[in-house]
Amino acid sequence: MSLVLTEDQLMFRDAAKRFAAERAPVAQLRKLRDQNDGVGFDREVWKEMAQMGWAGVLVPEEHGGAGFGYVGAGLIAEEIGRNLSATPVLSTAVLAVTALLRGGSAAQKEALLPAIASGDLIAALASDEKNRHAPHSIATRAAGGSGKFKLNGRKVYVLDGHVADRLIVTARTSGDVESRDGITLFLVDAKASGVSITRTPTVDTHNAAAVELRDVTVSDSDVIGTFDKGAVVLDAVLDAGRAVLAAELLGVAEESFERTLAYLRDREQFGAKIGTFQALQHRAAHLFCEIELVRSVVLRTLQALDAQEPTASNLVCLAKGKATDVARIATNEAVQMHGGIGMTDEFDIGFFMKRARAAGETFGDYYYHADRFAQLAGY
Amino acid sequence: MSAQLKSVDQLEAFRRETRAWLEANCPAEMRQPITEEGDVCWGGRRWKFKNDAQRVWLQRMAERGWTVPEWPKEYGGGGLTKEEARVLREEMGRLACRLPLTSFGISMLGPALLKYGNEQQKREHLPKIVRGEIRWCQGYSEPGAGSDLASLKTRADDQGAHYVINGSKIWTSYGDKADWIFCLVRTDFTAKKQEGISFLLFDMQSPGISTRPIRLISGYSPFTQTFFDNVQVPKENLVGELNKGWTIAKYLLTHERNMIGGIGTQRQTPLSQLAIKSIGLASGKLAEGTLRADIARFEMDALAFALTMGRVMDEAKAGNETGAVSSMLKYYGTELNKRRAELAMSIAGTDGLKFDGQAQADLAPVWLRTKANSIEGGTSEVQLNIIAKNVLRLPGA
Repeated sequence: MSLVLTEDQLMFRDAAKRFAAERAPVAQLRKLRDQNDGVGFDREVWKEMAQMGWAGVLVPEEHGGAGFGYVGAGLIAEEIGRNLSATPVLSTAVLAVTALLRGGSAAQKEALLPAIASGDLIAALASDEKNRHAPHSIATRAAGGSGKFKLNGRKVYVLDGHVADRLIVTARTSGDVESRDGITLFLVDAKASGVSITRTPTVDTHNAAAVELRDVTVSDSDVIGTFDKGAVVLDAVLDAGRAVLAAELLGVAEESFERTLAYLRDREQFGAKIGTFQALQHRAAHLFCEIELVRSVVLRTLQALDAQEPTASNLVCLAKGKATDVARIATNEAVQMHGGIGMTDEFDIGFFMKRARAAGETFGDYYYHADRFAQLAGY
Repeated sequence: MSAQLKSVDQLEAFRRETRAWLEANCPAEMRQPITEEGDVCWGGRRWKFKNDAQRVWLQRMAERGWTVPEWPKEYGGGGLTKEEARVLREEMGRLACRLPLTSFGISMLGPALLKYGNEQQKREHLPKIVRGEIRWCQGYSEPGAGSDLASLKTRADDQGAHYVINGSKIWTSYGDKADWIFCLVRTDFTAKKQEGISFLLFDMQSPGISTRPIRLISGYSPFTQTFFDNVQVPKENLVGELNKGWTIAKYLLTHERNMIGGIGTQRQTPLSQLAIKSIGLASGKLAEGTLRADIARFEMDALAFALTMGRVMDEAKAGNETGAVSSMLKYYGTELNKRRAELAMSIAGTDGLKFDGQAQADLAPVWLRTKANSIEGGTSEVQLNIIAKNVLRLPGA
């Protein structure tokens, strides 16, 4: 497949670009932070995003979605990264929808996909339990029999957890705590008895929460995917999230780089524009190359997910690892090249560095993915 | 869609014919991996074919113009469309056919002549490049003009019927083996340095030319210093306009950069395979964790770079301009290649230090050779300057 966007994809991106800049810019994130907003995004804007096809970007048309696939989701995410848009696209439109598409029963899809696509339902993945991403390290238990289970455990860094209507909870139904086998996914109502959700503020002003589960009752019909074999769905969900995060990180890197270039062209010291200094020029030129590489791997990876290529996971590692690393460098360089003003809260550039750090940590950082890349290649 | 685009059926027919022809005409010896210098055919008056198969293979491919598949037929080229040329490359790859001919005439001078040469020059020189009859070398750098190429001082004085050349060039690749040279000379000594340069072609057997091999850190001498002492060059050998040679030089440098940058994507044994052999696995991972991390970082960057090369080609096919791409590819590709060689040496440990001055494929000479990658064809620092100026539009100093 050609690594060039189609006409339809270009139009979709341009619309997303205009919309994000106009309705969900950095200024909005700043306002939400300064007002200690209880939701963490603008619900009206989320409705508009749904009308733009963002909430249903992965949802097939027969379930009321836009059916634009992972490439489409990546195009949105890139603009989200450029604008640091506050939105539940990742939690709901990417993670939850992928889980339902990969493992959902007909009834679950029917009940949830149209509601997600219309922007009426927020869903969150409650899976990680550790500070460093270890997807199969799950101690939360689902115990019981004859179709009824009780969930007990604690989940951390649940994106949009505190505003979710539904949670997708991973629990151990057999096997050791670290084992890939014996994991089962359950759909849980966020208001169910025994569920307590605490918002955990993060440095990037994006939504995360801790979720406590105490004797939460679920049944057979709440299982997503196959009992004990939930890791198949979980891995696909995480890979989708990682690839889309890589696209968001690309947007973060691009935007902070472009803002920095503008500053280099404008700022004067020692009687000259600082962009004339070779020490800065060469770092900027190198960064340009790195960002071009990220652009290639992100697009290729999203295409591989859409085509369900068997080796897509190798590409996901490459994309998430490389994008994490390059966004970290780009935003660090941005702050350094802005000098003193880059350290002020009043100036936006710091927001990009914070987001690059948080998005980088989400679902595996550079080190996690370099290790996994090597493992998948047999070393 | 270009009118040249062939239908899928036509392309498949072309593929079948090409496959059959290659199977019938590519000698078995020319399907073996290249192991030594003489395996690569450079052609030229003094070329000694390694064996009859090499001679026959060149002759057969040249007859069809397939040494340069995309050049126009009227100058001896294959006249193939981009798609057909890709099919030919794929089919040659499938049968592991060697390139019938490698030369600076093909990769550098030819494209420049096609764009800037006059009709007579094209008819004179291009067919000989196609057939591998004339081996060309490049006269660009001088002892005092390396990265600052435009400050070159080799002079061409107008003496009526011809120019008289005096000066010297350095880093002339295979200057002692080439038949002709394409050479940058100064023809105006008063103009701004880029505006007084002209592009000349002349025979290396002309009276007054001498060469001296330069021994490199790798132990080999692929380059010469080349001296011109009152060398007479007929005026019809000027390419393009007088004093406009810098435009041609830059165009040609772009081709050179693409060629050198391409080494970052050459199919090589993955470093991880070398490392598994040399170091071994412990619990499924390379036994040396720190080295493993560096290898993984390299392999990720190498794959990302290969995908970027692919994307650049796709963008070009789609007609999208991707500015100063050749500088990016040259810079990143050569730096990657150096990283690879450093890691390969570390993986091999003391085994990598073997050096007998003979085997050029040994790790140590290869490692040393890679150091030139980021110097030749414009240093990495020059490429970064070009990106900063032409892509990022950063202000000039």
